[in-house]
Amino acid sequence: MDMLSGGDMLVRALEDEGVEFVFGYPGGAALHIYDAIFKAEKVPHVLVRHEQAATHAADGYARATGKTGVCLVTSGPGATNAITGIATAYMDSIPMVILSGQVASHLIGEDAFQETDMVGISRPIVKHSFMVQRPEDIPSIVKKAFYIARSGRPGPVVIDIPKDMTNPEHKFEYHYPETVSMRSYQPAQRGHTGQIRKAARLLLSAKRPVIYAGGGVIQGNGSELLTRLARRLNYPVTNTLMGLGGYPGTDRQFIGMLGMHGFYEANMSMHHSDVILAVGARFDDRVTNTVDKFCPGAKIIHIDVDPASIAKIVPVDVPIVGPVDSVLAELEQQIEAQIEASSRPLPDTTALDAWWEQIDQWRQAHGLWHGKRYPDSDLIMPQEAIQTLYDVTNGDAYITSDVGQHQMFAAQYYRYDLPRRWINSGGLGTMGFGLPSAMGIKLALPDAEVACVTGEGSIQMNIQELSTCSQYNLPIKIINLRNNYLGMVKQWQDMQYEGRYSESHYAASLPDFVKLAEAYGHVGIQVKEKKDLEGAMREAFALKDRLVFLDIFIDPHEHVYPMLVAPNGAMKDMWLSKTERT
Amino acid sequence: MRRILSVLMENEPGALSRVVGLFSQRGYNIETLNVAPTDDYSLSRLTVTTFSDDFKVEQITKHLNKLVDVVKVIDLTEGAHIERDLLLVKVKAVGAARDEVKRTTDIYRGSIVDVGPSTYVIQLTGPTEKLDSFMRALGDAVVIEVVRSGVAGMARGEKVLSP
Ligand SMILES: Cc1cc2nc3c(=O)[nH]c(=O)nc-3n(C[C@H](O)[C@H](O)[C@H](O)COP(=O)(O)OP(=O)(O)OC[C@H]3O[C@@H](n4cnc5c(N)ncnc54)[C@H](O)[C@@H]3O)c2cc1C
Ligand SMILES: Cc1ncc(C[n+]2csc(CCOP(=O)(O)OP(=O)(O)O)c2C)c(N)n1
Ligand SMILES: [Mg+2]
Repeated sequence: MDMLSGGDMLVRALEDEGVEFVFGYPGGAALHIYDAIFKAEKVPHVLVRHEQAATHAADGYARATGKTGVCLVTSGPGATNAITGIATAYMDSIPMVILSGQVASHLIGEDAFQETDMVGISRPIVKHSFMVQRPEDIPSIVKKAFYIARSGRPGPVVIDIPKDMTNPEHKFEYHYPETVSMRSYQPAQRGHTGQIRKAARLLLSAKRPVIYAGGGVIQGNGSELLTRLARRLNYPVTNTLMGLGGYPGTDRQFIGMLGMHGFYEANMSMHHSDVILAVGARFDDRVTNTVDKFCPGAKIIHIDVDPASIAKIVPVDVPIVGPVDSVLAELEQQIEAQIEASSRPLPDTTALDAWWEQIDQWRQAHGLWHGKRYPDSDLIMPQEAIQTLYDVTNGDAYITSDVGQHQMFAAQYYRYDLPRRWINSGGLGTMGFGLPSAMGIKLALPDAEVACVTGEGSIQMNIQELSTCSQYNLPIKIINLRNNYLGMVKQWQDMQYEGRYSESHYAASLPDFVKLAEAYGHVGIQVKEKKDLEGAMREAFALKDRLVFLDIFIDPHEHVYPMLVAPNGAMKDMWLSKTERT
Repeated sequence: MRRILSVLMENEPGALSRVVGLFSQRGYNIETLNVAPTDDYSLSRLTVTTFSDDFKVEQITKHLNKLVDVVKVIDLTEGAHIERDLLLVKVKAVGAARDEVKRTTDIYRGSIVDVGPSTYVIQLTGPTEKLDSFMRALGDAVVIEVVRSGVAGMARGEKVLSP
C-alpha cells in the first residue's frame, strides 16, 4: 500500500474517481494541494481568472457530460468567490464537488488570515459538506462527496480542507474505497409500483393530456424513455427552461417551452388540460403563475426523485418518488399492460384528435414557430439572430447562455433536439454563467461547436475568462446580442414603471468588444446590418480554431413575448406583444 | 398546531447547524429544541417543537429527511407519546413566600435543588403544560430566573425510532 500525504491522497482520490478536469485557482491554504497536482500525472488542472468562473466551468462540464464537475479554490476570498457558482449549481441540481482550502485547523476560529467559515457560508446552498478533520479520512470523504453529488437529486458538495490536513510531511496509507454506503442517505432507486399503476390508469383515461417535462429528465437520462412514451401515446409534450432538449424540439408533438416566456400553445394546453404528467419538474413560480389559478381542471401525476419537490407548490393526485429512468420504464410497461387488458381502445383517440386540433389552432394563432411573431425592423431582431445561429450550426451546437432577454430568445428560437445541448442558469439566473460554462463544455467536447449567447451586460460579469480561453485554446463562439441595455430589466421598466430606465443602461461606457477580443488574442467581428448577419456567423464558425466574439447590434427596444400576466394571472393569461393580450 | 418532531441524526460536527439552518432558511419556527447523543454515541437524538399546519409539517419532515446527516424523522404528535421538559427556576424565597413556594412545589412534585438565604432553585420535569401551569402558580412576583431544556419525547408502546 502506498504511503501518501493528505494532498497526494486528495489528488490520487480524484484520479481514482475518474476526474477529467479540475477548474481552480491557487492560494496559500491550497498550496500543498497545488504542489500535489504539479507532481501528479493525470487530472489536468484548468486555471481560470476568477473562482466564480471555476464553478461555472465545472458546472457547464457537468451539464454537458452528465459527469460530476470539480473545482478547487483557496480559503477566504477564493471560497467566497465560489459561492455564486455553488448556488447556481444547487438551484439547478447539478452534480459538483468543490474543494476549498482552509486555514490550518489550530487557527480556525481565530479570524486568521484568509479565514472564512466556508462550511457555514455555503450551508444553505449545498447538498452536503465536509470539513476534513483527519488526513486519513480524505479518501473516504472524497468517495462520499462524489456519491452524494451525483446520486438522488444531484447537487454541489463542498469539502473544506484545513492546510495541515495536506501537509506533505505527514504520510498515510492510501486506500480508495470501492463502495460507499451511508445509513443516513439512501436515495430512492425505484418508484412505488401501486402508484405507477395508478398513474398509468389516469394517463390512459385522459382526454386533454399534457406531458410537462423538466430538468430532471435531462439530469436523470430519461429523454429516450420519455420520448418513446410520449410517441406511443401521441400526447403533447412541453419542456421547462431546464428541460429543453429532453424531448426533441423539432418533433410535431413538441408544443414548446411553457411558463413565463413560454409558448402560447404550451401555456394554453396546460391551462385547459385534464391530466398532467409532470416529470422531473418542480412547478417553479416562473411556470405556474398564480398557484391558485394553476391548471384548474387537471389531475396531476408527479414523478420526482426528491420527495420534497412533490406537492411543495401544487397539490398532486398521484405522487411517485423515484428516478425518471426506472419510473418511466415501469410506467411504460404498466401502460402496455393496461392497453392490452382493456376492452376498448386506449388512449381515447377521438378525444385526442379533438385535443390536437385545438392545440394546432393555438399554434396557428400565436405559435412562435408557426408564423413570424416579432415586428419588422430595419435593425437586426434578436429572434433573427438566434434563428440564423440555428441554421448556421444546423441545430447541432451546444448553446450556453447568460441571463436576460437573449437567454429567453435562445430558449425560444433555437430548437434543441437532444438533451444537454441547452445549458443555462434557470433557478438562480446567474449573469456571468455563459462564457465559463462554455469553457467547461469545450474542454470536455473539443470537437463540438460551442456557442455562448450573451448580452453586453452579462458578458462583462466574467469577461476576464477570455484570457483563460487563450491559454487553453478554446474556440468558443460568443454571440453577443447587443441591445445596449440591461434588456430584461428595461423590459420590466417599460411594462411596470412607465419606461423609467433606472440604472439599466451604461451611457457611453461600453468597451469596443472587437478590440477587447483582439487584446485577448481572439477574433472580434461587429455586425450592424441585417444583410451581414448570416455571413458573419458563417465566417465565425468557419474559424474552427479561433474564439470569435460576434458583437451583434440588435433592436434595443424589443421585448420577449409571450409573457405571463402578473400578478394574479393564470397560465392562460399572456401578453403576446406590446399591445396584444389574451 | 403544536408538533413534536423527533430526529435521529449522525453525531457529526455541523449536523445540528444544518437542522437549525433549515428551519430559519425556509421560514419554519422552532419553539423548543433539545439535542444529545444517544446510547449509540455515533447518533444524536433531537426533539424539536414547532407550531405548524399539516402542510408545513409535511414540508419540514421532507426537508429534514433530505439532510444527509439525518437518519430518521417522526412526528410524535401523530401517535401516543411521552414528552418531558425540564425546568429550573430561581425564585425569591423570603418571608411568607418561602413557605408558599415550598407548598406549590410539593403540589407539583417538584424539588428544591438549591437553598439560599433569600432564594430557592426549583427543579420540575413534565410535559410543557404542567411546567406552564406551575409557572403560573408561582406567579411573576417571585420568579427571578428561568431555564428550560425544551421538550424531549418518545413514542409510547412498541414504536421505536432507530436507524
Ligand atoms: C429570466 C428567466 C426567465 C425564466 N423563464 C422561465 C420560463 O418561462 N419557463 C420556465 O420553465 N422556466 C423559466 N425560468 C427558469 C425557472 O426559474 C426554473 O429554473 C425552471 O422553471 C425550473 O425547471 P424545472 O421545473 O425543470 O426544474 P429543475 O430546476 O431542472 O429541477 C429538476 C427537478 O427534477 C428532479 N430530478 C432531478 N434528477 C432527477 C431524476 N434523476 N429523477 C427524477 N427527478 C429528478 C429534481 O428533484 C427537481 O425537482 C426562467 C429563468 C430566468 C432566469
Ligand atoms: C448576477 C446578476 N445580477 C443581476 C441580475 C438581474 N438581471 C437579470 S437580467 C438582467 C439584464 C441582463 O442584461 P444583458 O446581459 O445585456 O442581457 P439582455 O437582457 O439585454 O439580453 C439583470 C441585470 C441577474 N440575473 N444576475
Ligand atoms: Mg443587453
